[in-house]
Amino acid sequence: MKAAVIVFPGSNCDRDMMVGIEHSLGRKPEMVWHKETELPDVDFIAVPGGFSYGDYLRCGAMSAHSPIMREVVKKANQGVRVLGVCNGFQILTEAGLLPGVLMRNAKLRFICKDVHLKVENAETEFTNKYSAGQAIRVPVAHHDGNFFADDETLAALEGNGQVAFRYCDAAGNVTDEANINGSRNNIAGILNEKKNVLGMMPHPERLCDTQLGGTDGKPMFDALVEALS
Amino acid sequence: MKAKVHVTLKNGVLDPQGKAVEHALGTLGFAGVGEVRIGKYIELELTDAAEKSKENIENMCKQLLANTVIENFDVEIVE
Repeated sequence: MKAAVIVFPGSNCDRDMMVGIEHSLGRKPEMVWHKETELPDVDFIAVPGGFSYGDYLRCGAMSAHSPIMREVVKKANQGVRVLGVCNGFQILTEAGLLPGVLMRNAKLRFICKDVHLKVENAETEFTNKYSAGQAIRVPVAHHDGNFFADDETLAALEGNGQVAFRYCDAAGNVTDEANINGSRNNIAGILNEKKNVLGMMPHPERLCDTQLGGTDGKPMFDALVEALS
Repeated sequence: MKAKVHVTLKNGVLDPQGKAVEHALGTLGFAGVGEVRIGKYIELELTDAAEKSKENIENMCKQLLANTVIENFDVEIVE
């Protein structure tokens, strides 16, 4: 696997993403500054979390029009795997690679804690090291993670197996109480139709090392490395 | 010349900020306030006459100023 991590002004999870990928891959990904107009020859691109452009206008709105994003969109349309985490997810929706939008959390508060996610689709190159229905523990840290899409889009997402993860309790039950931010259908992560682009609010890259309290994020990077080698 | 752009949430999209403000107004004793919805107001100063066409400004809204998944926009051109 040849991997790149995009770095925007205000990204703050780019190094975590680098280390997370390195744990599974055995070498560092390329770090690509947002002003670049070309990407190296890669088969996996990570768009990390943070507060790119200070969340001006809307989260991810400015970054979605950064020079490098034209290349990311082009590569994604060619089938290159793209993972957007947190602000990265917001950027991918603003860039039109994923449907819907991430709105302000329903209770208006920044949420920073570990949550449980039910693996909804375990048959993708991102998720096939998890089992369907498994509850994994991953941290979230966001103010705008409230996934919204209109009824028609939501029905398409559900019907096509594009829902990757839902907020759930520790036992894997998808409940209103577990829905931390008001997302429609408890959605925490979605795929595009071709399943080569995944956006998710929780941070798998933050839980890839036992010293950080858990490794539930690591299988995602292991799965990508295996699929792309 | 200027363009005044109002960006508002579409009907049916929940507005938790509006709800919180609505509640706060009630707490302050303003009894007759119904639903509150919060939007954005953007003022564009147009230096190039060609940019003032309504179509051009609408394209700015569609591409950047508004997210049309959840937002409507309204453009007013002021000479």
